[in-house]
Amino acid sequence: MATSETRLAGRILAAPSILLLLIWMIVPLALTVYFSLLHYNLLDGYAQSSFTGVNNFYYFIKDPAFLTSIWNTFVLVGSVLVITVLGGIGMGLLLDQDIWGQGPARIMVIAPFFVMATVSALIWKNLFMNPISGLFAWVSTSFGFTPIDWFTDYPMVAIIIIVAWQWLPFAALIFMTALQSLDGEQKDAAQMDGAPPISYFAYIVLPHLARPITVVILIESIFLLGIFAEIFVTTGGGPGLATTNLPFLVYREALLKYDVGGAAAGGLIAVVIANIVSIFLTRLVGKNLES
Amino acid sequence: MKRTLAFLAGTTALALLSTTAYAETKLTIGTVNNGDMIRMQKLTDDFTKSNPDIKLEWVTLEENVLRQKVTTDIATKGGQFDVLTIGTYEVPIWGKKGWLVPLTKIDDAADLLPAISGGLTVDGKLYAAPFYGESSMVMYRKDLMDKAGLKMPDAPTWKFIAEAAAKMTDKATDTYGVCLRGKAGWGENVAFITATANSFGARWFDEKWHPQFDSPEWKAALDFYVKLLKDSGPPGAAGNGFNENLALFNAGKCGMWIDATVAASFVTNPKDSKVADKVGFALAPDNGLGKRGNWLWAWSLAIPAGSQKAEAAEKFVSWATSKHYTELVASKEGWANVPPGTRSSLYANAEYAKVPFAKMTLDSINAADPVHPTVKPVPYTGVQFVAIPEFQGLGTTVGQTFSAALAGKMTVDEALKSAQDTVTAEMTKAGYIK
Amino acid sequence: MARRATFSRRVTMTAITWVLAFAIFFPILWMIQTSFKSELDAFALPPKFFNFHWTTENYSVVQDRSDYFRFALNSIILSGGATLLGLLVGIPAAWSMAFAPTKNTKQVLLWMLSTKMMPATGVLIPIYVLYQWLGWFDTHIGLIIILFLGNLPIMIWMLYTYFKEIPGEILEAARMDGATRWKEIVYVLAPMAVPGIASTVLLNVILSWNEAFWTLNLTTTTAAPLTAFIASYSSPEGLFWAKLSAASTLAVAPILILGWFSQKQLVRGLTFGAVK
Repeated sequence: MATSETRLAGRILAAPSILLLLIWMIVPLALTVYFSLLHYNLLDGYAQSSFTGVNNFYYFIKDPAFLTSIWNTFVLVGSVLVITVLGGIGMGLLLDQDIWGQGPARIMVIAPFFVMATVSALIWKNLFMNPISGLFAWVSTSFGFTPIDWFTDYPMVAIIIIVAWQWLPFAALIFMTALQSLDGEQKDAAQMDGAPPISYFAYIVLPHLARPITVVILIESIFLLGIFAEIFVTTGGGPGLATTNLPFLVYREALLKYDVGGAAAGGLIAVVIANIVSIFLTRLVGKNLES
Repeated sequence: MKRTLAFLAGTTALALLSTTAYAETKLTIGTVNNGDMIRMQKLTDDFTKSNPDIKLEWVTLEENVLRQKVTTDIATKGGQFDVLTIGTYEVPIWGKKGWLVPLTKIDDAADLLPAISGGLTVDGKLYAAPFYGESSMVMYRKDLMDKAGLKMPDAPTWKFIAEAAAKMTDKATDTYGVCLRGKAGWGENVAFITATANSFGARWFDEKWHPQFDSPEWKAALDFYVKLLKDSGPPGAAGNGFNENLALFNAGKCGMWIDATVAASFVTNPKDSKVADKVGFALAPDNGLGKRGNWLWAWSLAIPAGSQKAEAAEKFVSWATSKHYTELVASKEGWANVPPGTRSSLYANAEYAKVPFAKMTLDSINAADPVHPTVKPVPYTGVQFVAIPEFQGLGTTVGQTFSAALAGKMTVDEALKSAQDTVTAEMTKAGYIK
Repeated sequence: MARRATFSRRVTMTAITWVLAFAIFFPILWMIQTSFKSELDAFALPPKFFNFHWTTENYSVVQDRSDYFRFALNSIILSGGATLLGLLVGIPAAWSMAFAPTKNTKQVLLWMLSTKMMPATGVLIPIYVLYQWLGWFDTHIGLIIILFLGNLPIMIWMLYTYFKEIPGEILEAARMDGATRWKEIVYVLAPMAVPGIASTVLLNVILSWNEAFWTLNLTTTTAAPLTAFIASYSSPEGLFWAKLSAASTLAVAPILILGWFSQKQLVRGLTFGAVK
């Protein structure tokens, strides 16, 4: 359908966004690349910075925190993806049932998605997971258990819970919409045939959800790779390095050590890693999004 | 597309113009969200009445966020702030770099406590005016102390603290002998542990800037701290900072709490504290080596160099740190609420002497010496910090390993070795160790 | 929905769904409730569920200290402006990708998405230097631009997936009738894409509203939105749970209400072409 005239118009219309994004990417990127080659401590000022070659990259990668932070990043992203996809399918299936008060129930499920990351982290940390005054501590004490000291003993689990709580609604929403579009007759027919729920799920629902699942994974990964506020507010990356992910490590370089060069190098390394992930995602999504 | 942009830019510019047109001199003041600063915001009418040509705009932020913002801003000469709230850590470093305007018109500068003004002075010039000063001290529950059959001396030793903590602890009723900072951060656990280590005879660096975490003094100090909190501290100690401990103490969960002197006004306030009438105070403990484990800090107001509004800004700084302001707070909110710890005259005031924690606060501040903080000589100033630009990063990393040791993720020896290694590497990279 | 459920099955399903939905919603409810407690009650053990003295004191303290409406207005300006700009640039781009794709379209789309993966902390200093040079600190336009560019990739991608679902034949038919390209977009395409555009708008408003790194670092007073408002209530010296809950409730309320009212729209459109 694309005539050459359409194609030209297409280029012209797409141009502004591509151009803007290019500028948005290239200008800071160029500055970042430049800074990454400098020994530049913010507190010493730009005037005292000096060229240091690839030293910043070397120090960043050599830092034992680097590998730990990559591992933590993947644990965090992976776990949250698994929880939200499985939980989201479950919740989506439930909300798709013929129940009373579907509207209000749906509203309650969606709500966490609207809450600012800093707010939800503060609420979870202080009102729920605090080992003495938190609600969880009270629940376990009432049942005669020792309260769990979340941010000391299971810091990563605690972060995963908070982040999963924020993103579960998103997944549930998309799966619910997808399920609603599943042909009603198909559902009826399956039931008439007396298909057991499990095979109904495996042969009809799951294939139908293949595309929504890839979409959820893609969108969530983009945001989850950059998780920062939740960690900043709750554990500050600790104890030790237990919850330091890549963005937090870069933050440490930039705003705690004021090492502009090191932070720039770290940022660039993070981009490379993000791009490897995105290539992987391209494969995954590309396969499922071809229509 | 372009037109829309221009339109948007135009309307925004108009909106900006309309808000600034009548304002004569607008001062943007960056400050932390602590109680004394919030109170100041409410009392600024007094200032603007006598200075109608100056308009004040407040940016009140949480401490960490504020620090990162003002540091980024001053280092890149961004010029977003006209008055900054900074601490005793930043002032000597920034003053030396020429980033701050030396203050000359401060109300009765000779009246400032020498320990405080000393930390804000570089080469004889005062670079920031102290708004309130604080040290650390022991706050304890008199009732629990009596129950344990002990009496808190005015100047306890660490040995006594450990004994008392063990006796006061009753885990069945959620009562813990001692609450201390454990949360990672150079202003959190590192501040407390460094001050404690000073009283154990340890130091961060020797005279040639070689890190000293491999010394027996550090081992003794960290061992003591970890053991004390494991035996007699609350669960989750590795995540507790000032606020968490304050909440615990106020809810009656702690027998003792060693922390900032400003906390005294919170724990004795019946509106916020369940134990308001049962609190006693004592100096921070020592180990018989001549140094006590207390720190020194002053939240201070400074003016960035190159500011176009330095004159108006200094007027404001002078007002906020004056004796007049102290009296203003006293008349409106009572003597217990005046910003403490900056002026000798305040402690000579008979009215203020009635405040229960006044004397102990002054004694604690006077017991701290930022110029000679340790038993052995050191090349740096600062009690609970090292006044070099690199310290914030070092303190952050070291704080993480100390909190890991407290959480049991590392042994004390591993934590100290890791601290020694990273600090050595960073100091070498920064060129201190030749 | 079309499945006819037996009565007992319906009861069980309703119960399970409601219990889970309530569990998911509970933290928000608890935050709202805490905002009506005194600081001592907020920290009390065992927790007080209903037997506490309800007070609106926290709200008056918060309003007294910081002008909530100024921050809220800024949040509206910033998220509205960023979304508007996003539509202006995004719709044409998405249109061309959907109806005049080249062989690079997919790569361009994914490249756009990957620009979102740069950690903000790493580019803070470059952006700071840039903004200083442009004089954009603490201006609405500066913040709108950074939020707009940050969300543009997601916007384009969302719009692209909607546009792709619109059958090309309809456009062909319109063109046969002699419609110009602009007429084609405005009269044929736009009406069909309304649900998609609406949910794109909603998602972008939500994302911009909640963005807390740039809005905190690049503003002081004039353009400071609700994220800065929150930052002045988290972890001061002293007890703060109840006041923080009140401030948080205030900061979240507008977007929560918007979300609730428009959730049908959001649900209909928030599919990223995932349905089908």
